[in-house]
Order: sequence, then structure tokens, then C-alpha cells
Amino acid sequence: MNDLEKLTFEEAFRELEVTVQQLEEGDLPLEQAISLYEWGMRLAQHCSDVLDAAELRVQELGTRDG
Amino acid sequence: MTPSRALPGNGQYQLPGLGTWTVSQLTDHIKELLEFDAELQDVWLEGEVSNLTQSTAGHVYFTLKDTSAALNCVMWRSAAGRLGWLPRQGDAVVAHGRVSVYPARGVYQLYVDQLRPAGLGDLHAQFEELRDRLRAEGLFDTERKRPCPPFPRVLGVVTSPHAAALRDVLNVLRRRYPLAQVLLAPALVQGEQAPAQIVSALQVLDARDDVDVILLVRGGGSLEELWAFNDERVARAIAACRHPIISGVGHETDFTITDFVADLRAPTPSAAAELAVPDRDELQQRIQAWAGQLESTMNRFQRQAREALLQQQRALQRLSPQARIDTDRQRVDELVRRGGRALAHALSLHRSGVAGFHARLVALSPDATLRRGYAIVRQANSRDVVRSVQQVQRGDRLAIQVQDGEFSAVTRVEP
Repeated sequence: MNDLEKLTFEEAFRELEVTVQQLEEGDLPLEQAISLYEWGMRLAQHCSDVLDAAELRVQELGTRDG
Repeated sequence: MTPSRALPGNGQYQLPGLGTWTVSQLTDHIKELLEFDAELQDVWLEGEVSNLTQSTAGHVYFTLKDTSAALNCVMWRSAAGRLGWLPRQGDAVVAHGRVSVYPARGVYQLYVDQLRPAGLGDLHAQFEELRDRLRAEGLFDTERKRPCPPFPRVLGVVTSPHAAALRDVLNVLRRRYPLAQVLLAPALVQGEQAPAQIVSALQVLDARDDVDVILLVRGGGSLEELWAFNDERVARAIAACRHPIISGVGHETDFTITDFVADLRAPTPSAAAELAVPDRDELQQRIQAWAGQLESTMNRFQRQAREALLQQQRALQRLSPQARIDTDRQRVDELVRRGGRALAHALSLHRSGVAGFHARLVALSPDATLRRGYAIVRQANSRDVVRSVQQVQRGDRLAIQVQDGEFSAVTRVEP
């Protein structure tokens, strides 16, 4: 699952939420549970890192008027 | 006066000593006197605002005063909401309402239903006219409000690039959600050119597909300073935007047409920024909580799997050939034991059989016969037993066996 970097924060965040639900609700075989768990932990780490590392970007647009 | 009221002396005023009023009775009486006066029920009053507060329920309390007198004023939430703006300390206003008594405090006050800035009658009338017209057109309808995305990536900001409002917005965004990118579309926010520039800036941002939400903000100011946000062009430009707009104009008590049209109204620029984005700390907490849930769920899974495994092992043990091997071994043991016993028995049987044979052998042996006096005669040389006279000739040497030994003899006569 190398598509982690391709996810936006929102996508990763929602994916994490869904993963937690799936793991909690699903009556899953152990192998599947383990891979969901690992995927969820990677998502959590990724989301947390993204939030920590973010810096606000500000760009001023030229106006046509004025 | 209503007849239901119970005054002492059947409604007749009495001299002190002949009847005593309760405080409630007197207050009710005064209240009715005031409310009976038609002029006091329809008052236009001009004065300066002081001590204005708004309760959490939304009711507004203030004092109107001039150089020599002061009057408590109340504006209920419904009236304050209709108004769309609130005066500030020192503002000269014209209020309309009715005078009555608040019995619990023993004060008379003006219950305000309309309020307009004194001397700004013209602007204010324009504001109300535009507000009512746009509302009638449906521009303020809640069905029109577009939802703001919970995780905006690009925020458009329309404001003056040098104002405190922009700094406030950027500070909040940096603190709460630095993942966002800000596109600033600068515009004058005050003066004659402001409405056109605001409209243009809105259009520039709205034309971009990457913009998720637009903040239209300006710091506090007087009614004239905020006037661009009561401009019909601005109102219609906001309504025409496809991206959701959050307004944050002025202070808590300032209401503008912009606020009514915008999809979300914030009381200040900072508050607009707060409404626009989620909070990083809260997100981190949720992420940590979810990670914790993952951990505990996984632990539960492992525990269950381990228990299930243990049960399988037990079941397997029950079903395993080892058990049969064990029983078989036991059976073999038993057989061996039984076999041993049988053998021993057989042996002992044999042994007693042997003893019987021996007895019979002994019984059959010639010894017993010899002991009875018989003798066995043999040719001495050949050891042949002599059973007939035909076997003997004169001079043969014979060996005679008796019970306790043997002796020799020689035949002397011809048989």
C-alpha cells in the first residue's frame, strides 16, 4: 500500500476513521484484521505527521481592478 | 383598570392607616397607570447608548441618556434579531417602543421594538430597504446556504492586505490548520471603490476550481465604514458564488447585509477563520484516540484468536490417535497380564501333569516288581532279557537282577 503519500489529508483521515470502524465492527479473519490494523496505524502516523509538518502557504493574487 | 385586580377597599384609594398596600399591589397599580397612557405606549426616543449588554438568551439591555436623564431600555431577542445590527457605547440612536414597569426591580423602562442610528436615518433606511427586499427575493433563505467543506485545502480570502483582519485570519489558520493554502484576493474594504473591488475579488476566487471556501472579512468600524458590506452589488456577488462564503465583518454586534447573504456568518474575522477550518489539536486527539482503538481492538482480536486456538488444541487432543494409542496400550498391557496368568496356569497344569506321569512311570517301572520278589534274567554278554528256555544253552552265563542288585549264574543242565 504505497498510495499513502497520494492521499490528501482528508482522504487519509477519513480512511483512518473507516478502518477503525471496519476493524471494530467486522468479524474478520485474523490475517485481515492484522492487515487492517497495520494499515490503520500507518494512516494514523501519516495524518499526525502531516499535521505536525504543515506550514500555512499564503499567496496574494493580482487583482484586475483597483 | 381591570376589575380582576384586588385593591383594598374595593378599588377605592384609601388614606394611610385605613388600608395598607402590598408592594406588588402598588407596583401593579403604577404599571397600569403607565400602560393606560396611550402616548407612553408608542414612543420615539432619541438618546445616547450606554451600558449595553446582551444576555446569552439574546435579549439586549442598555441605557439611553442625555445630559440630565437616563432611561433603562430592553430589546427582546426577537426585536434585536430583526434589527440585524446593534448600537455601541456612545452611539446616538432613535428608539421606538413602549414604557412599562419591571415589577421585580421596581423600575420603569422602555421596551424597544425598533432602533436606528440618529443622524444616519438615510443610511439606515437604505439598509432596511435592501435587507427586506433581498430577504423577500429569497437571498437569505437557509435552503440557499451551501455547506462549508470540513477540510478545505484552499481558502480564498477577500480583505484589505494591510489590515488587522487579515493578520487575525492568518494567525488563526496557522494555529488551527496550517495544511490549508490561502489565496488572498486583495480589495479595499472601505470607501467608494470598495464594493466594486470586493465583487471583483470574489469573482476572481470563485472562478478558480481549486478554491474550497471564501472568507470575506473586515475588522470593526462605524456603520459608514462598514457600508461596503451593505452594498447590493456585494450581496448579489456573494449570492452568485458557487463556492461557499463565510463572512466575518466588524465586531460581535455588527450585522451587515453580507452576513445575511453569506453561507456562514461569523461575528469577527478570527471567528470566520475558526469556522472555516478544523482544529489541529482536536484532529491530533482524534487520530490518537483512533490509534488507541486500533490497538485495543487488535489486542482483543489476538486474545480471542489465542483462546480459539487453545480450544482447538483441546478439541484436537480429544480427537487425536494418541488417545487411542493410549487405550490400545492399556489393552495390550492387560492382554499381556492375562497372557502371563494363562501361561502360568498352563505351566502349573503341565507341572502337575508331569508329576502324574512320574507317578505312573514309577508305578510301571520293574523296580516295584523286583521288590515283590521277581528277577530279571539276561544273557550276561548280550544283556538280552531271557524270556524263553529256547534262549539258553548249557554253560551260558546269565546275569540275574533282583531288587537290590545283580548276581551271575551258569546253566548246568541241558534245558
